[in-house]
Amino acid sequence: MSTTTEGTSGSAKQVFTIEGATVRLAGDSGDGMQLAGMQFTNTSALAGNDIATFPDYPAEIRAPRGTLAGVSGFQLHFSSDDIFTPGDKLNALVAMNPAALKTNLADLEPNGILIVNVDAFDKKGLSLAHYEKNPLETGELDGYNLIKVNMTTLTRGAVKDLGLNVRVADRCRNFFAMGLLYWLYGRSTDVTLRFIDAKFGAKPDVAEANRRTLLAGRNYGETTEALPSSYHIDPAKLTPGTYRNMTGNQALAWGFMAAAECSGKELFLGSYPITPASDILHELSKFKNFGVRTFQAEDEIAAITSVIGAAFGGAMAITTSSGPGIALKGEAMGLAMILELPLLIINVQRGGPSTGLPTKTEQSDLLQAMFGRNGECPIPIVSACSPADCFDTAIEAWRIAVRFMTPVVVLSDGYIANGAEPWRIPDIDDLPKIKITHPTGDDADTFHPYSRDEHLARPWAIPGTPGLMHRIGGLEKQDITGDVCYDPDNHQHMTDLRAKKVANIADDIPLQDVNGPEKGDLLVLGWGGTFGACTTAVERCRAEGLSVAHAHLRYLNPFPANLAELMGRYKKVLIPELNMGQLRFLIRATFLVDAAGLNKVKGKPFAVSEIADEIKRLLA
Amino acid sequence: MSIESLPILTSADFASDQDIRWCPGCGDYSILAQMKKVLPTLGIPREKTVFISGIGCSSRFPYYMNTYGMHSIHGRAPGFATGLKITNPDLSVWVITGDGDGLSIGGNHLMHAIRRNLDLNIILFNNRIYGLTKGQYSPTSPLGKITKSSPMGSIDNPLHPLSIAIGCEGAFVARSIDMNIKHLGQMLKRAAEHRGTSFVEVYQNCNVFNDGAYSWATDRESKADATIILEHGKPLIFGKDRNKGIRLNGMEPEVVELGKGVTEDDLLFHDEKSPEPSLAYLLSRMRHPEFPEPIGVFRAVDHPRYDDELNRQVEIAREKQGQGDLNKLFHSGETWSVSS
Repeated sequence: MSTTTEGTSGSAKQVFTIEGATVRLAGDSGDGMQLAGMQFTNTSALAGNDIATFPDYPAEIRAPRGTLAGVSGFQLHFSSDDIFTPGDKLNALVAMNPAALKTNLADLEPNGILIVNVDAFDKKGLSLAHYEKNPLETGELDGYNLIKVNMTTLTRGAVKDLGLNVRVADRCRNFFAMGLLYWLYGRSTDVTLRFIDAKFGAKPDVAEANRRTLLAGRNYGETTEALPSSYHIDPAKLTPGTYRNMTGNQALAWGFMAAAECSGKELFLGSYPITPASDILHELSKFKNFGVRTFQAEDEIAAITSVIGAAFGGAMAITTSSGPGIALKGEAMGLAMILELPLLIINVQRGGPSTGLPTKTEQSDLLQAMFGRNGECPIPIVSACSPADCFDTAIEAWRIAVRFMTPVVVLSDGYIANGAEPWRIPDIDDLPKIKITHPTGDDADTFHPYSRDEHLARPWAIPGTPGLMHRIGGLEKQDITGDVCYDPDNHQHMTDLRAKKVANIADDIPLQDVNGPEKGDLLVLGWGGTFGACTTAVERCRAEGLSVAHAHLRYLNPFPANLAELMGRYKKVLIPELNMGQLRFLIRATFLVDAAGLNKVKGKPFAVSEIADEIKRLLA
Repeated sequence: MSIESLPILTSADFASDQDIRWCPGCGDYSILAQMKKVLPTLGIPREKTVFISGIGCSSRFPYYMNTYGMHSIHGRAPGFATGLKITNPDLSVWVITGDGDGLSIGGNHLMHAIRRNLDLNIILFNNRIYGLTKGQYSPTSPLGKITKSSPMGSIDNPLHPLSIAIGCEGAFVARSIDMNIKHLGQMLKRAAEHRGTSFVEVYQNCNVFNDGAYSWATDRESKADATIILEHGKPLIFGKDRNKGIRLNGMEPEVVELGKGVTEDDLLFHDEKSPEPSLAYLLSRMRHPEFPEPIGVFRAVDHPRYDDELNRQVEIAREKQGQGDLNKLFHSGETWSVSS
């Protein structure tokens, strides 16, 4: 895997070509690790590598400086091969302080590169991290390729004649770390230099300080004897096209805008800020020139009720939230369902219950999406499986919502939302159009608000249309007329109709596909953000000769029509989930399939090895 | 369609085909009747009119109007109205709510709708009781009120809807009484004509669970002394013989008799257009029986409207940046190409 190549970077040192690497930057939450990680990501993406990222940060904006609680990390996996996860074990770790070392060291592979900012390992820093002795001196790090760098001193030195105060100067340290990593992995500094110009252009001294520090970091790599060689990673063989780097939240936002355009609608977002969904609100609020109207409501309930009002008025209306917010929206979701209006409810899941782990990922709101309302209230559910996939998921959700006149729940999660990967840019004109028809005044003689088409969808008549005045509401309505109706048989009939309408969506979505053999010993059945780990684990096991396939569900309600038949072709079914078995519960209840589960809720995605090990255990 | 060719609508055109299910004698009938009378005078087509309500007796209102309508969920009508109005600014949107719906479960939404000042008309039917759930005290029930859920008397300090509305920066705040149909019609019309959130409290009798709650304001003998009709620019005079008035004593209102050294010029003059809400607030605090309770327009000022402002931002963004182009957006910033 490692071969010596000519130094293409102009480095005088030896350059090894490797397939890829997993690198984590860890420091205090005020150290700018997320910014550094995103820059490293963009730079690697522009170098043509496939990438996958995992930002991991505390819920507190600024936990006390230097403490274990305040450690913020950003993990990047880049490769010349197709990759699906941010990587299990780290090849390199940058620890900006003792707390970051302590909380992250366990993930570093033996002999892995460990770059530490020695200056932060003073008495206070060690004490905040609960180190009794300095680990840099005890020999406990002998199993790693330890590279001690006086990052604070070197950064201050690089900016010293700019007249910045020490606090401002020290804030540049993340750029030093970046520069060093750029040298180590043969990266160009161009992207980040352009970023510095754009971001700090208004503060020339800060821009200059960051520029100098970045280059100082790179030059340090070139000159220090501690690093004898650097690495080169070839571009990945991605499908031809133009790419950009996308996070899941951004891809959802852009997907909704694309869906609006494809359906000839203007987009309305009613939302209340909540981690980790707020970035969708931030992103969409930038695009008023696209006709996007965002409304930051007074609470989660007002957010969804405004969306129902906008949907009644004919807009493409969506609300974005996370589990606790969805809990508050439950009653209004029930209303949207009985009103049979199209709208989207996006849940970027996080650790629960209650406030839970706001910044950590989890998949534990599936049953909430499925059942979290009073009465018989089926709502279709679609889920995204990766950051780039969020774009397609957004469009598909809206297609279903308008074709069937129903609210649709979109499930993402914190891992997908904040993670990034290359996204192949589509041409908006190539995206399928979403057809919507509204009845007009010409239909007045035959119009009934609760008549139905071949999909059992009712007409979407919007206020302002002459002759179609009608009233809708949360009370049970009479079939066809929509008038309030307490008749027992009618209630049964309407309940059946609404359920059938949602069940029929199964005939309108693709059959479930499988990656791997058509039949065999084991099927790994996943959904959502575990896609990468499942894919990689299954491929690895198959390479070792095991008979295992992978199916990943986008559609969770209703399930694809062939799912029962598909599961029947394998001797065993394994469902890995970042919850305590919610899809497994649904699969067992729906199909009487004795699926096995692999479950954890530790605020972290699955490691590939965790799933691979379970596959092997089940097939042993 | 020219103005001349607009069909002339009548009260009957605004009646839906649904049977009305309020209790016989309920004050809601009167409000419904006045609404149907006022709407044809506004020149707004039926299809451009939308009624949105929450839950409660009053919230059945939209079913009885031949317009667009939504009977939503408890307390949340302002949220639905907000989303509808933002995306359809040319609609005339009414919110129908009650004292429980608007001030208890929906207090938060009412507060924010009023401060945002969207062009909505919010009519709060205040009967000081929960009617639909059969007789529990509401957030406007007086202290000591004996109800099914307060057999020893309510110990909940009541809210005053207009004080709340004014405290929320309400730009149009008015009050009327179900029995005073002429005045009620005038207030609904003023509310409809005001641009921005118009908040109207209607004293409404629940003849089943709280009969006579406002008899002092509606009985022929007492009403002239127990209420005072606000008129912009006029002194606050009331009483059967119109011989009593309200005078300011420092920061406090006081009832005075005209004559005996007190002239009209000494009285408080109503100014609904005052930029400062203090006078309107002071009027909203005048309670029976210490004071005559004011009915009329407390405040009518012009404030920026959220719906206008949001849609203006959309226009400005389009002027400055041009209509958005997704292909351009997708290719903006850092991209890279992979060739085959």
